[in-house]
Amino acid sequence: MRVRNFLGRWGLLIALVLAWEVSARLAGSVFFLPPGEILVHAWQLWLTGPAEQLWLTDAVYADVLPSLGRLFGGWLISAVLGVLIGLALGRSRRATEYFGPLLDFFRSLPTPALVPLFMVLFALGTPMQLATIVFGTVFTVVLNTADGAGSVDPVKRHTAQAFRIGPWGWWTRIVLPAASPKIFAGLRVSLSQALILMVVSEMVGSSSGLGYRLVYAQQQFEFADLWAGIVLLALLGYLLNNALLAVQRRALSWQRGAENPENPARAKGRA
Amino acid sequence: MLEVAGLGHTYEGEQRHVAINELGFTVESGQLTCIVGPSGCGKSTLLRMVAGLQRPTSGRVALRGAEIDGVPEDLAVVFQDYGRSLFPWMSVRGNVEFPLRRGADRRQRAMEALEQVGLADAAKKYPWQLSGGMQQRVAIARALATRPSLLLMDEPFASVDAQTRFELEDLLLSVRRQHGSTILLVTHDIDESIYLGDRVLVLSKAPAELVADLEVPLGAERDQIATRASEGFITLRSHVARLLNAGAEPEAQRATAR
Repeated sequence: MRVRNFLGRWGLLIALVLAWEVSARLAGSVFFLPPGEILVHAWQLWLTGPAEQLWLTDAVYADVLPSLGRLFGGWLISAVLGVLIGLALGRSRRATEYFGPLLDFFRSLPTPALVPLFMVLFALGTPMQLATIVFGTVFTVVLNTADGAGSVDPVKRHTAQAFRIGPWGWWTRIVLPAASPKIFAGLRVSLSQALILMVVSEMVGSSSGLGYRLVYAQQQFEFADLWAGIVLLALLGYLLNNALLAVQRRALSWQRGAENPENPARAKGRA
Repeated sequence: MLEVAGLGHTYEGEQRHVAINELGFTVESGQLTCIVGPSGCGKSTLLRMVAGLQRPTSGRVALRGAEIDGVPEDLAVVFQDYGRSLFPWMSVRGNVEFPLRRGADRRQRAMEALEQVGLADAAKKYPWQLSGGMQQRVAIARALATRPSLLLMDEPFASVDAQTRFELEDLLLSVRRQHGSTILLVTHDIDESIYLGDRVLVLSKAPAELVADLEVPLGAERDQIATRASEGFITLRSHVARLLNAGAEPEAQRATAR
């Protein structure tokens, strides 16, 4: 049963990789390397460092870690700013009406279009990349959070008032938890946006990082480097999303039954 | 203990709506007063004004002599919609502890309240794991835990089935006997108002006015079957029904005349 489950989940991917392996080896193209070679190359590129560097190579310290730093730094700034602004916005109808269209507009603006501007406005390198990531992700967090905060129903507001809950308790114990499912949804979307923007911003305005390394490898005809970078980014995107999903499941464990109308314990009238 | 005088509420706006007009009554300490009126007559508005959740547009509400301005201390409310009034992200005990000040006896008080409503075993569950009637018990426990001198209940048993409703009504009566609480309960159900109340206030259709203020001469002990079958109960029920009908009649006549 376990084997079947595993195959059901990963079978197609494994088959595709095998097909790629076989056809790439048969075709012998310099552009399409077989996955086996890519893996071996990636291993040599990143995981053959000395023990005192935790077996990580200089390439990891020069490119992968700075990239991760920018990714998480930008995303965390967005998360904090976005949740704070979103909560305030979501609880004020006037503010939502006033700022909503503006935020929607900024969210719809393709952030890569602003990269040339940010290159002039901010110092090249990390500041400009952080600006790109924050700008490209913060509106997603704000709008989702505001949506969640706005959904606190009047009965809950009246309950909190009737029991004389102060402003701190109101925000931290009612609005924030009530909005948290939407906040998590926003954070997950914004994390994948942040990954994209990390790569894009490193491609144009940087001398380090995975994005920079991809362009460099392409210019130097180092296709093994290029493929290794692509695979690493794909893995990164997949793992980050799953990690955040796991956190969300833990944090929102109360929600599983509350939102599920199929729950047998729910909706029965008897005491 | 509670004094309502000349109370009125008018919703301004395009469709100006007078919900309550010149309402006055007093509630003595330890009394269980039921307010009964047709649906949409402004009962909930009245209760929200007594709770300090909504400002009256005229008249005054005073609790122990002090005019209500904001939600008064030692007052608790049980809402009809337990599904939305309980917080799904808190456990049952968390919900009951929620209004209590942080302190050593917080947990103990919550557990005592849960015991009173017979839910001590469910303390660690989430509200959605409980049936509707049990959820409303949690809401009642939450209100009791604050040891309110005035307990307001807005159609508290309107969203549960008939059997559960009887159980919860008797639970309320027993809790009330233990604490001697002062309770103001709003309902649209004539039988319920008589079964529970020491006194029934009958309201007219909107704008709500006081039609009658009736003592319920059924004694302190009530029984779902015997009390409801007793002559006193039946007489009073017909009387209240006639009063409510009379209150609604002018509207009906206007409708047929058109």
